[in-house]
Amino acid sequence: MNLDWALGRLTLDALPQELVTQGGAVLMILSGLAVVAALFYFKRWRWLWRWLTSLDAKKIGVMYVVVAVIMMLRGLADALMIRAQQALAAGDSTGLFSSDTVQQVFSAHGTIMIFFVAMGLMFGLINLVLPLMLGARDVAFPFVNSVSFWLFAVGMVLANVSLVLGGFSPGGWLGYPPLTEMAYNPGPGVDYWIWALQIAGVGSLLSGINFLVTILKKRAPGMTLMKMPLFAWSILVTTLLIIFAFPILTATLGMLSLDRLMDMHFFTSDGGGNPMMYINLIWAWGHPEVYILVLPAFGIFSEVVATFSRKKLFGYGTMVWALFGITFLSFIVWLHHFFTMGAGANVNAFFGITTMIIAIPTGVKIFNWIFTMYRGRVRFSVPMLWFMAFVITFTIGGVSGVLMSVPAIDFQVHNSLFLVAHFHNVIIGGVIFGFFAGLNYWFPKVFGFTLHEGLGKLSVYAWIVGFMVAFLPLYALGLMGVTRRLDHYTDPGGWQVLFIVAGVGVLIIALGAGLQILQLIVSIWQRKKRRDTTGDPWDGRTLEWSVPSPAPFYNFAITPKVTERDAFWEQKEAIKRHEKQEKPKYQSIMLPKNSSIGLIVGGFAFCIGFGLIWHMWWLVALGLVGVIVCVIVRCSNDTVEYELSATELEKFDKQYRRQHA
Amino acid sequence: MSQAERAAEAEQTQTKYLGFWIYLMTDCILFASVFATYIVLRENTFGGPGGGELFDMPFVLIQTLLLLTSSFVCGLALLAARARKKAAVIGWLIATFIFGAAFLVLELSEFIKLIGEGHGWQASAFLSSFFTLVGLHGAHIAVGLLWLVVIVWQIMRLGFTAGTTRRLTLFSLFWHFLDVIWICIFTIVYLMGVL
Amino acid sequence: MKTALKIILPLILIGMLAAGGFVFFQSVDVAVLNPQGEIADKQRTLLLFASALSLIIIIPVYMLLVFFAWRYRDSNKKAAYRPNWANNKWLEITWWGIPCILIAILAVVAYRTSHELDQFRPLDSDVKPVEVQVVALQWKWLFIYPEQQVASVNLMPVPEKTPINLSLTSDAPMNAFWVPSLGSQMYAMSGMSSKLHILANHTGDFNGSSANISGEGFADMAFTVRSQTREDFDAWVDATRGHAEGLDMTLYEELAKPGTVDQPVFYTLADAQLYDKIVMKYMMPPASDEKSEDEQDHESHDAHMGHEMEGM
Repeated sequence: MNLDWALGRLTLDALPQELVTQGGAVLMILSGLAVVAALFYFKRWRWLWRWLTSLDAKKIGVMYVVVAVIMMLRGLADALMIRAQQALAAGDSTGLFSSDTVQQVFSAHGTIMIFFVAMGLMFGLINLVLPLMLGARDVAFPFVNSVSFWLFAVGMVLANVSLVLGGFSPGGWLGYPPLTEMAYNPGPGVDYWIWALQIAGVGSLLSGINFLVTILKKRAPGMTLMKMPLFAWSILVTTLLIIFAFPILTATLGMLSLDRLMDMHFFTSDGGGNPMMYINLIWAWGHPEVYILVLPAFGIFSEVVATFSRKKLFGYGTMVWALFGITFLSFIVWLHHFFTMGAGANVNAFFGITTMIIAIPTGVKIFNWIFTMYRGRVRFSVPMLWFMAFVITFTIGGVSGVLMSVPAIDFQVHNSLFLVAHFHNVIIGGVIFGFFAGLNYWFPKVFGFTLHEGLGKLSVYAWIVGFMVAFLPLYALGLMGVTRRLDHYTDPGGWQVLFIVAGVGVLIIALGAGLQILQLIVSIWQRKKRRDTTGDPWDGRTLEWSVPSPAPFYNFAITPKVTERDAFWEQKEAIKRHEKQEKPKYQSIMLPKNSSIGLIVGGFAFCIGFGLIWHMWWLVALGLVGVIVCVIVRCSNDTVEYELSATELEKFDKQYRRQHA
Repeated sequence: MSQAERAAEAEQTQTKYLGFWIYLMTDCILFASVFATYIVLRENTFGGPGGGELFDMPFVLIQTLLLLTSSFVCGLALLAARARKKAAVIGWLIATFIFGAAFLVLELSEFIKLIGEGHGWQASAFLSSFFTLVGLHGAHIAVGLLWLVVIVWQIMRLGFTAGTTRRLTLFSLFWHFLDVIWICIFTIVYLMGVL
Repeated sequence: MKTALKIILPLILIGMLAAGGFVFFQSVDVAVLNPQGEIADKQRTLLLFASALSLIIIIPVYMLLVFFAWRYRDSNKKAAYRPNWANNKWLEITWWGIPCILIAILAVVAYRTSHELDQFRPLDSDVKPVEVQVVALQWKWLFIYPEQQVASVNLMPVPEKTPINLSLTSDAPMNAFWVPSLGSQMYAMSGMSSKLHILANHTGDFNGSSANISGEGFADMAFTVRSQTREDFDAWVDATRGHAEGLDMTLYEELAKPGTVDQPVFYTLADAQLYDKIVMKYMMPPASDEKSEDEQDHESHDAHMGHEMEGM
């Protein structure tokens, strides 16, 4: 009986051929096996199942962050490989890896860092913090939240399975056709890239809808929009960006996959296809995407700077307007990613000018943060140090962005290492430093103990120095005429030296990451000593600090009533003024039951993706049917919540509050 | 139902309506991206025929009438649901299904005819975008029909609960939305193709 | 003493780095800042101008950050503490206003230079331009000189001080033609013909590369623009035309197969329509015998109109 159809185009050739990819695959598989072994040894399967099927945003948030951190290690490993290659492959040397491997590595690096590290950290922090900050119990759609996470995880899994079976796309993180069409890349690599992003993208879109409805519908009574913390505002505009941008990604990747799977001609060289259309569409998504990443980071800084300056945020209203300005503008700048594609002087000028206008509200925000410090009492704990690192670093990236917004300048530096330096500058300096600040800031609320300060501070310094040493040389190299994505080069003078310096820089960054891992391990080791007994380790201003640490599974025993901005600060001030406190009146509440359907939908989504990549059509059909059945089962189930009675609630509340002095 | 459950249910309905509206907006943008691509690529026939040569307007007009009727009877089903007339609701929903399915059958037959004549989606960028845009709408219709079956079955089994009424309302939103998309397709693809 | 050291030592370190950097960058060619061509020259001026404008903003940002961090640190109880001070109209007007003015200036400059340095815009010059048709291949560059009836691979000889009018296409994935010493990039795309105008101020060899990834051999897309005296250029043309192998469609198709070229190769241009044929390859299905001549002409004319990039 011929079973070839069952495996599609999957053969033993799909296993890695080069030593480095074999090594990576083995490392990955061994790590996975180690985790499984640990679960058996510590008998934690039931515990794990409760986590995986949880609809509690706080648990989902932790899972997002865990995936993102693991992916950051993978992305850093990719970065080290790229730097090593470019430091060595001068003149006749071909470096350590084949051209194809290097191209897969930098494509994987970009894809993983944007989609699984940055998006993962972002969705993780939003899940952990947003409901608490709004005085809510959970997000608007806890089940959809779980589905979103699992789709994200499946996308991540697909991207990593490519290391073991078939290899990844060598087409860059945005996969421009016609290079990513069947004519030039018929293998599974590009398909892995497409479906990992497509599946994770659906998850992101659902999250965008979820968080927007949460902000609009689930705020505590009395919390008008203008009384929300600024982090919540930053998430609101981010969800608007997600809602408008991600469908474009879905459509574009969909059309590229139709070109590849069904021989269509959207973006092919022949048949009337138009690759320029892809570039326009993908950047119409791509530019809002980078603002999706950075605006939550800005929101985090607004919270951190105010709290650690012990002062109100300067210019709340302006900050909100600036967010909306940036959001609106980010939809009309996308052409600056391809000034050199020949749209003509007027079109280029228009998009260049809209791009440079974005610098204005962004700059305003930086001034507002700095003037929040003015006449405050600034404590330089780790989150505040990350803010300082952000201003120092991101400003340079902002400047290089404004320089490139001038089309005639961009004609010289487009796609060079100058560009690479710019976007790493703003993403590391803005997005990553912001998320690191958030992780350090909110860690005690999630886990109940603080992170080690000394190691945290060292990691900040390592990241700043590492960043400068790794990326300032890249600005220079770009101006010296070095284009991006080279796997070898003839060195006309000075290139290799600068590549080596950049390589040292990435090692310093890796040291910074190592220090962060150490910080985590040491903090866990010292957790009893570092316990957050008050729930308010930073003298915070917003509602999440009003609940015990770690936050109870129901968030608030009694939904708070809000009267002012900085609601928790106001509560504390009221207590200081000896205002009469209302006696707590407990009422029964409804909470979502656990559900395994999110996980199962993820599994079927994996089937669809894997099946499409390897042309295993039966698997695709199975996956589609599976997803449909799951949806029907869930929608036919009207008992998805359970009731926590008032007495039980009171018991929990008193117990949590008693555990803390 | 306890008081907590009742309050939660009412709030859930409002929340779910808002969430679904926002989802429809995202679906709008999905279609907009494919529309934009169609408009850019519609002249790229790669030496082959364009819309003017291929579209059968009377046929398309019949399709349009079928879909509009389907939407209309769906509206009647909603009215009957407000009045809690279970039999009428199920009847009108079955009619919705029949008209919607007829639309889809006609559309598929148009596709099969084109493919048979050698004007499949592989032939040119124009045809790729045509099949994808119209096919995307058709896929949405198919999902809607499946959803409709589940809703009919649920109403038969459970009657008018908060959940089933809510889902019926959301379905009708979805169905009317697809109608609007079809009007856009009719105008931009077919009408502007033959003019 | 300790605080003084904390400030002085890093400053010394930075000073040393700056000195080292200065020495290093004097010894290498920073192509974008060391223009050899008219366009690149204007672009450098623009870059320096925009950088200077940016300094007006970032220097105050850094100064304020450091000063406020020091003065308003928690341990400094002497500094004023106004926990509820969160608005100041004049400050906001300043930091909205000054950036607006700077951006307005930059916007005007950006608009003007976007036109002045538009790749499609021919250069102002009395000298008769040299036409070069560029074809990006996997993984080499083909340069066709239609008037001189020669062609070359990976080496583009040009006369100095003469406008070079480039038409660019690709018979490969999307590429980008970039010679930073001379200025401006332009994408080279299959089925389309884009334009670029450059001029070399004096003789010399200038490095070029492709600025868009095009597959495995992408890093080998390095080429050289050799600016020569008019006499040397004409001598090269005369030595090549009629003596080098004739490049027709058949030989071209051999050349176009995936692979790299170690040394520049020269050809006589045996087919004057070669470039147009390469562009048209993607716009029509393979020619069928049943089509009439008129039909083919009509279709190719329309397709040509559709894909000629005139700077929409």
